[in-house]
Amino acid sequence: MTLVDTDIKKIAHLARLQISQNELIDYVNSLGSILALVDHMQQVNTDDVEPLANPLDQHQRLRVDQVTTVNQHDEFMALAPVSDAGLYLVPKVIE
Amino acid sequence: MSIPTLSQIAHGLSTGHFSSEEITCDLLADIVAKDKQYNSFITITKTLALVQARAADQRRSQGRAAPLTGVPIAHKDIFCTRGIRTSCASRMLDNFVPPYESTVSQRLLDAGSVCLGKTNLDEFAMGSSNETSYYGVVNNPWDLDAVPGGSSGGSTVAVAAGLVPGATGTDTGGSIRQPASFCGVTGIKPTYGRVSRFGIIAYASSLDQAGPIARTAEDVALMLNVMAGFDQQDSTSVDRAVDDYCAQLEQPLKGLKIGLPKEYFGPGLDDGVAQCILSAVQDYERLGAQILDISLSKLPLSIAAYYVIASAEASSNLSRYDGVRYGYRCDQPTGLLDMYCRSRAEGFGTEVKRRIMVGTYALSEGYFDAYYRKAQCIRRLIKNEFEHALAQVDVIMGPVTPTPAFNQGSKTVNPVGMYLEDIYTLSANLAGIPAMSVPAGFVSGRPVGLQIMGNYFAEAQLLQIAHQYQKVTDWHLQIPPHSSQECA
Repeated sequence: MTLVDTDIKKIAHLARLQISQNELIDYVNSLGSILALVDHMQQVNTDDVEPLANPLDQHQRLRVDQVTTVNQHDEFMALAPVSDAGLYLVPKVIE
Repeated sequence: MSIPTLSQIAHGLSTGHFSSEEITCDLLADIVAKDKQYNSFITITKTLALVQARAADQRRSQGRAAPLTGVPIAHKDIFCTRGIRTSCASRMLDNFVPPYESTVSQRLLDAGSVCLGKTNLDEFAMGSSNETSYYGVVNNPWDLDAVPGGSSGGSTVAVAAGLVPGATGTDTGGSIRQPASFCGVTGIKPTYGRVSRFGIIAYASSLDQAGPIARTAEDVALMLNVMAGFDQQDSTSVDRAVDDYCAQLEQPLKGLKIGLPKEYFGPGLDDGVAQCILSAVQDYERLGAQILDISLSKLPLSIAAYYVIASAEASSNLSRYDGVRYGYRCDQPTGLLDMYCRSRAEGFGTEVKRRIMVGTYALSEGYFDAYYRKAQCIRRLIKNEFEHALAQVDVIMGPVTPTPAFNQGSKTVNPVGMYLEDIYTLSANLAGIPAMSVPAGFVSGRPVGLQIMGNYFAEAQLLQIAHQYQKVTDWHLQIPPHSSQECA
C-alpha cells in the first residue's frame, strides 16, 4: 500500500494535525515504510480467528450508578488555557 | 563503593541506622550533583520529599511503619501526581499539574514511601531510546554515548546510577524491560490488569501496564506488593487476590521447566547477547531447572500487530489533547479548526505525531478491518501460542533485546529500524502475560538483560526465579562507571 500526498493530507485532517510541506514528504516515506512493515499481517489467514480486544478476554465492568466524587469544577477550570466565568473559551464558532 | 539496594535502605530505616530524612537529604544532594550528566529527572520534588520523609520518621517512631515507610522512590512522569507537574515528557503537558493522584502513586504514598521526583521518559511513552522527550535525551550511566532504552529510561537510569533505590515505570511494548536491560537493573511488567492504570497518562490502553524497577528482584517484589491490587477506578483492573511477592522468593528452583523459544535466538540476535543468555540458562540448570526447546512461531508478527494496535489506541487516546480543557494551546488561533490543528502540531513531537497518523489511518473508513481487526486476530494467535507453550513449561526465557544499548542518534532517522528493536518484548504485552528483565552480563561494557516470561498472574514465581539467580550471580550489583562521577 503506497500513500500519496492526498492520503497524508486526509489522515492529517482526521487527526487534526497541521503539517508543513516538508513534513508531508516525511510522512509519505515514514508511513509508507511502517505500513509495509505491518502488511506482513496480511499473509496470515485469520478467517476463523476471533479478534482479541482485552488480553484476558474480560468484559467491561460497570460500576454502581452513584455519585462517588465531589464537584471539582474550579480545579479543572484552573487547568484551562483560556477560561472565563467558569466556562472554557474557544475561538468564535458561529458568526 | 556500593550502591545500597531498596531492601537495604528499608532495613536501615527499620533498625534505626539512619532516618528517612537523612537518606532523603543524601539522595536529593546526589541528584542535584550528578543528574546533570544523565538528565534522568524532569522534576525534583525536594520540599515535598522532606515533608514526606519527616512524616515517615514520625510514623515509624509511633510504631506504625510499613515495609516501604520512609523509603525514597521516584515516579516516571506519566503517573499523575496531585499538585506536581506531570508532563509525560511532552510540550503538550509542560504546564499540566494534575488535580488528582494515580492509584499507583497513591498506594506508594499510603505505604509511607517518599517521592524524590518525576523521571524522564520518551514523549507519551512512545519510544525505545528515550530520545523523544521534550526535556532532552537521557544518558546511560554505563556509557554516556549510549541510549538508556525507553520509554522508562529516566527511571532505569536513576536506579542504575544510585540516585534512587526504586522507581515506577510503565510497559506498553517493553518500556520497563528494555531500559532495565540496557541499564543493568531489574524490572517487571505484571499481568495486564494486575496493577491499576488509573491516573496513568494513557498510550495504548489494552497494552499499558505499570510495574516497579529496582536493583534486585527482592526490591521489585517489595514495591509490587504495594502497587498491585484491584482498583474500582480502572475498569480493566482484575478483581483477584494479590500474592505476597516476597513469600516464595527463597524457594529452590528444583524441577522448574524453562522453555527456550528457538525464534528468540535466530538471525538478528547479537552473538554476545546470545552468549550471556545461554550462560544464564546454564546457571539455571545448575540450580535444578530443566531446559526444553519450544517454538513461538508467531514472534515475527508481533511487531506488525503491536504497531497497529498501539498506534490506533494512541490516536484515540491522544485525541483528548485539543487545546481547550488543559495542556498546550497555540497562540492566536484564527478559528476552532486552526486551534486544534496547530495546538496539536506544536504540542506533540515527531514520533507521537507519527503514531497518531498511523493509528488514524488504521482506524479510518475502509481500513479498519484490514489493519485494526486483523491485528486483533493476530493478537489472539499470539496469546494462543503462549498458552500452549506455558502448558508445557513453567516459564519462557530469552533475550530482552537483540543488542545491548545502541548509540544515541544511531536509529532516530529510521523509525522502522527502531521498532524492530522491540521484537522480543512486544508479544508479552499483546498476550497480557507477566515478563521481567534481570541483569545477566555485559557486552563491551554495556549490560544485557535476561527476559523471563510466565503465565498469567505468576509474578511471584518470576520474582522467585529472578531472586534465586541473583543469589548466585552479581550482575545486578555491578556499579556503572559514571555513577560516582561528579558533575563539572
